[in-house]
Amino acid sequence: MKPRTLRPYLAGALVGVLATASVLVSTKTLGKSQYLGATTSFVRAAGYIEQAVAPDNVASNPYFQRVKPRLDWQFLMLVGLFFGALAAALLDGSFKLEAVPPIWKDRFGSRVRTRAVGAFLGGIVAMFGARLADGCPSGHGLSGLMQLSISGFLSMMGFFGAGVLVAHLVYRRHAPAGRSS
Amino acid sequence: MSEPMLGLLTGVFFGALLQQGRVLRFEKQVGAMLLRDMTILKFMLTAIVVGMVGVNLLVSLGAAAMSVKTTILGANLIGGVLFGLGWAFMGFCPGTSLGAIAEGRWHAVWALLGMIVGATLFAEAYPVLQDTVLTWGNLGKITLPQVLGVTPWLVIPGVAAGFVLLLGWFEKLDL
Repeated sequence: MKPRTLRPYLAGALVGVLATASVLVSTKTLGKSQYLGATTSFVRAAGYIEQAVAPDNVASNPYFQRVKPRLDWQFLMLVGLFFGALAAALLDGSFKLEAVPPIWKDRFGSRVRTRAVGAFLGGIVAMFGARLADGCPSGHGLSGLMQLSISGFLSMMGFFGAGVLVAHLVYRRHAPAGRSS
Repeated sequence: MSEPMLGLLTGVFFGALLQQGRVLRFEKQVGAMLLRDMTILKFMLTAIVVGMVGVNLLVSLGAAAMSVKTTILGANLIGGVLFGLGWAFMGFCPGTSLGAIAEGRWHAVWALLGMIVGATLFAEAYPVLQDTVLTWGNLGKITLPQVLGVTPWLVIPGVAAGFVLLLGWFEKLDL
């Protein structure tokens, strides 16, 4: 069989190389092996914001004390991720302004407000879950499975198991069982 | 190179590759959950196979250390399911939401704001969770080779072969 496109395989293989190189270089230069991940930085960002509003809360919260607001390797990695994606999208002309994505539009219509509420609430639940599980598809999925960690396998089963189930319930209007939605 | 500069540089490459792999988009992420378009799994599983060999090689040579996350059955499974639930509505994961905004899919901003609120709520709930869910089934920092009692080099070919078979199946089904 011939794949329709090699794009995801090539980019994926290079991310595997990047992850390896990043572990090696960070060990050599920083003395600490840095693995790809994202969600810890959301806690740090939340800490920065809460610090501006209610600094006492941050100082007394045991979680913010464990994950202090600071600009570490991962936080800057996410800043770089933004600019890398921006440059790549502009260079190959795939940059496209989009207020409501296709599958969502078919199900919920093209109102920006509906999409905003869905994405916002989804974000709250997903991040709460990711912090509870201690990782996301980057930290548990990529970095966890590269190290064959049991927490990686379990979390990925949760991510995809629930994702597949919920996506089918939400977006599949013409489900074989004839769900009326 | 300083820690922030090294992070920034790694991120630029990571972001460009995520964008070129076309995995930043809502329709790719939800497409995988609907079992219609397996682009993100092709990307992830390939990255895992290559990185698994690379990282374990570095560790075997003593050139790097592992950074394994603790397995807590309750937290990994309940947290994982909550993530999947929110993910289906958001259509982005935490890292890809930033890349999606960069690609012009600016509705990922709502997801980003929601995730910052979610992180704040988790921090507030942490003292309670610390004594409950985060203690349910704590098995420590364990890996599959440790559980099986063998060297990682016996497990890696098996996992890689399983992933390759799965990907071949996706291609056969034209997903």
